[in-house]
Amino acid sequence: MGGKVVTITSGKGGVGKTTTTANIGVALARLNQKVVLIDADIGLRNLDIVMGLENRIVYDLVDVVEGRCKPRQAMIKHKSFPELYLIPAAQTRDKTAVSPADMIQLTDTLRTEFDFIIIDSPAGIERGFRNAVAPADEVLIVTNPEVSAVRDADRVIGLLEAENKGPGQLILNRAKQDMIRKGEMLSPEDVTDLLAIKLIGIVPEDELVIPSSNSGIPVTLNDNSKAGEAFRNIARRLMGEDVPLTPLTESKGLFKRIARLFAGG
Amino acid sequence: MSEQTVAIKGVKDGLLVTVSETEDWQIIVKDLAARIDHQSSFFNGARITLDVGSRPVRKDELSSLKAMLERRNISLWSLMSDSATSIEAASALDLRTALITASANPDNPDAVAFNPEEDGTIGVMIRRTLRSGRTVHSNGHVVVYGDVNPGAEIIAMGDVIVWGRLRGNVHAGSDGDESAVICALDMTPTQIRIAGYISIPPKDKRHKPKPEIASIRDRQIVVVTWG
Repeated sequence: MGGKVVTITSGKGGVGKTTTTANIGVALARLNQKVVLIDADIGLRNLDIVMGLENRIVYDLVDVVEGRCKPRQAMIKHKSFPELYLIPAAQTRDKTAVSPADMIQLTDTLRTEFDFIIIDSPAGIERGFRNAVAPADEVLIVTNPEVSAVRDADRVIGLLEAENKGPGQLILNRAKQDMIRKGEMLSPEDVTDLLAIKLIGIVPEDELVIPSSNSGIPVTLNDNSKAGEAFRNIARRLMGEDVPLTPLTESKGLFKRIARLFAGG
Repeated sequence: MSEQTVAIKGVKDGLLVTVSETEDWQIIVKDLAARIDHQSSFFNGARITLDVGSRPVRKDELSSLKAMLERRNISLWSLMSDSATSIEAASALDLRTALITASANPDNPDAVAFNPEEDGTIGVMIRRTLRSGRTVHSNGHVVVYGDVNPGAEIIAMGDVIVWGRLRGNVHAGSDGDESAVICALDMTPTQIRIAGYISIPPKDKRHKPKPEIASIRDRQIVVVTWG
């Protein structure tokens, strides 16, 4: 069997699937794991941008599946981690260019060489989602602490259960402690109460995430980032380590801000 | 199409179909199907009582007839016979049964004796949580052993019992049965319907979960503590 296939999905768009994929990938690579990321969002590719590898693309996922190149040739090596690769999505095709069987076949060949194969699923529950989920050994569902995102996560979990892929584990992304305390945002308890699945990580809202994604350096490489720390913990939990969930802290106080100024953040 | 093999007449609670005691079963099924297809709008949604007289009907025979009817959106809900075989086949398929001429039943003289078996009505059991996007349709009752999440939907001709939290949509008595009820251990649905009535629960923020039952009283849906 070899490596483990982990699919990151959500149902709803914009909750942070791609950011999560990039950060967990980098965090695992930092823990000396051999990792390949696959962008399954054909036609709307952006994992390459977040990983800072956009200008190195020669071949893509569809080229591999249609036999125009070997998987190796489509794999872009990361700038800092020699054991971290990305297979980018095709930008000029659509989801039907790949089938669930193609994904299973591709990941089966990659399993022998890698510890983790991480698939970034597109939003939605149609073909692209089914492609991404078909080869998964483990599914991580990303959601935000808001009702619409949780509703979509519930739908996705139901579909995973129906295909015996699941229930999966939950990542609660973009949580804001001060809003939760005021009752303006769903708490982790509210979310797990409804979804009734295991929480593998709570990622706090962090202003460092967007500039990191824009510059192609995933935030988990920044040791001052709270979100980055949460992603590192998720990576350790994926490796089987027992890391307790850290409770959310209030958003940056004055002291923290000064500390960050000195750290040059 | 022969009048001799199948006779159909309207009765108080549906249609009574009397079939020949001697004709080949396959021909009966075929004839009945033809009669229905001839007037499909009249039969659509009907409830049939089948009178097979003293004819012994096996379970597989009855089951094929039932399937034929269901494909045409007709429910076979009850069987009349004085044959023990037929009655047994009908109970195996969860149909209501009635012995018509019990006293004249030579092969089972005990059939007139008091039957301790409670009749009951049919339903489906869902032994899991219904998540968003899942639906359950039933001609009978629905019991959910788990939660009904927002975005899930249950439509039942009978009652709906949720042994868990009801937060989705439920329609009980969907074919107009105003005596249908909805029960849940925690009743915080998106919307409930009973027969032709619709109710949206009040928005209270933090409430203590308690079992409640919804039913129709004075032409509106009323929810009260269950038990």
